[in-house]
Amino acid sequence: MSNDDYIIKPKHAWIFGDHVNTDLIVPSEYLTENDPDIIVKHAFEGINPDFSKKVDNGDIIVAGRNFGCGSSREEAVFVIKELGISAVIAESFARIYFRNLINQGIPAITLKNATQIFGNMTKITINISDGIINCIDLNTRKRTTLKFKPLPEFIMKIIEAGGALNLIKTKVKEKI
Amino acid sequence: MGKTIAQKIFDAHIIDDTYENAKIIKLDAVFAHEITTPPAIKDLETKGLDKVFDPNKIKVVIDHVTPSKDTRSAIQAKILRDWARRHKIKDFFDIGKNGVCHALFPEQGFVRPGYTIIMGDSHTCTHGAFGAFAFGVGTTALEVGILKGVVATSYPKSIKIVLKGQLENGVYAKDVILHIIHELTVNGATNRVIEFSGEVIDNFSMEERMTLTNMAIEAGATSGICAPDMKTVEYLWKYIKNDFNDKADALKEYSRWLPDADAKYEKEFEFDVSDWEPLITIKYSPDQSILAKDADIKIDQAYLGSCTNGRISDLRIAAGILKGQKIADHVRGILSPATPTVFKTALKEGLLEIFMDSGFVVTNPTCGACLGMSNGVLAPGEVAVSSTNRNFKGRMGKGGMVHLASPATVVASAIAGKIVDPRKYISSQEEGK
Repeated sequence: MSNDDYIIKPKHAWIFGDHVNTDLIVPSEYLTENDPDIIVKHAFEGINPDFSKKVDNGDIIVAGRNFGCGSSREEAVFVIKELGISAVIAESFARIYFRNLINQGIPAITLKNATQIFGNMTKITINISDGIINCIDLNTRKRTTLKFKPLPEFIMKIIEAGGALNLIKTKVKEKI
Repeated sequence: MGKTIAQKIFDAHIIDDTYENAKIIKLDAVFAHEITTPPAIKDLETKGLDKVFDPNKIKVVIDHVTPSKDTRSAIQAKILRDWARRHKIKDFFDIGKNGVCHALFPEQGFVRPGYTIIMGDSHTCTHGAFGAFAFGVGTTALEVGILKGVVATSYPKSIKIVLKGQLENGVYAKDVILHIIHELTVNGATNRVIEFSGEVIDNFSMEERMTLTNMAIEAGATSGICAPDMKTVEYLWKYIKNDFNDKADALKEYSRWLPDADAKYEKEFEFDVSDWEPLITIKYSPDQSILAKDADIKIDQAYLGSCTNGRISDLRIAAGILKGQKIADHVRGILSPATPTVFKTALKEGLLEIFMDSGFVVTNPTCGACLGMSNGVLAPGEVAVSSTNRNFKGRMGKGGMVHLASPATVVASAIAGKIVDPRKYISSQEEGK
């Protein structure tokens, strides 16, 4: 671990099941909404009503398989970013959604049995750079360390820049 | 080592492979509609980057909510319209010319074998029917595409699906793809391209191939793809005839995209479709399906349209069943021909009259009902049988249930007032001739 490591300390891990689709994260009826606050207010309302009121800045989302399947709407990531979610950990991601998370600068971590693991954990610290999770197991009350495959370096650069466009903005402007 | 179709296209478009896992490829076209493009436009404006890489390679349509139903949708349409005009994008389709993007753009000749295409829409995979590498992206990737004409993506790996046998009368491309998704599951093809081949594909029309590739995303696939053949050439001929001496010449050129005999696939499946029967989905996932004949589910609405099944061949099949019949009193029948050309052809052929005489309403071309935005939203507790591609919870309206099915199953069910196997409706009609 170095001083430059990307570390998060979420207060809560919000746990979702398998195949959570983007229609559930942001229902189509809000896709014509021009006020971002209203879109955020209705995030996840199909499966966890009032989620936007309950979530704390820095929390993480933990999900089962195929998280974010369905449409390409990046609003389904935008709302997560606006709510202050610091990372999404899932057993697997749908392709477009994974790309959208990275493009918005949100760490997307793939972890086997993620929902089962995080269902029993408290005092979570995640070192995104090194791929290490430290937490306390609620059953044994013991400190536990878990490892996951760290994201490739170029993806970490996008995340640290706060999103793909922030990273390439300067470069693109120079070329135009 | 041999390459798949997607790999050949990908390799021919690489412009930067600095990164190990992601490469930058050049785009032949960027498609845009009024739901996902306005956030990209607004963000580019905010960042002082309101430019487009090539106005001739950007194709734009207002299709999801059209004509606008309220102030919010009117504003989104206006953002897209103003942007298209500002950047002199000539292929812009507004009221009178607009239709469902994945039906309209192929019809306009915008998709060619070997093309790379992105759009802020997950059903962009449809265009793989032409032997193109086409896939959906989010706002950020769309912004980069609009600005620079490139996209960053990983090297495509494919699953090969070989379809053999002969489809029984009354079983259609939609039933085939529902069977395949049922086999693969909704994430069975995640991060993979599905390459469809075999005698069933060879015999399929371009429209049937589009029905198949359209739903590749419902198995999680990046795209669905079919090898270009003489049917592809015939479909495109009016747009490409000046580029080639004759059709054989065009086919020869497009053959460069055919997969190598020793191409490597992540998985290979072979299915015999001969005993496949009409399916409908149940629950809220496209891989959950049962035989239509076992359904016995009462319906409130029957919807025919969309990028999956709103093309002229779909309307012909449906009208063949509806002719001389009335739909059940309690069923709301809605037909939305996917494009103005489909609409006009159906009008000329007398199909719209058959639909209307049976009790259907005919709406303008739009995506509206498919995602519960306009033109056929369900009330809580209501049930629809629909020729669309998604049955997610709340998809056609909060609290509503959607059963996906072929156009034949949709209209036969409309007549019966409940979901039925369409085959007996087809045979009874033929006996009456």
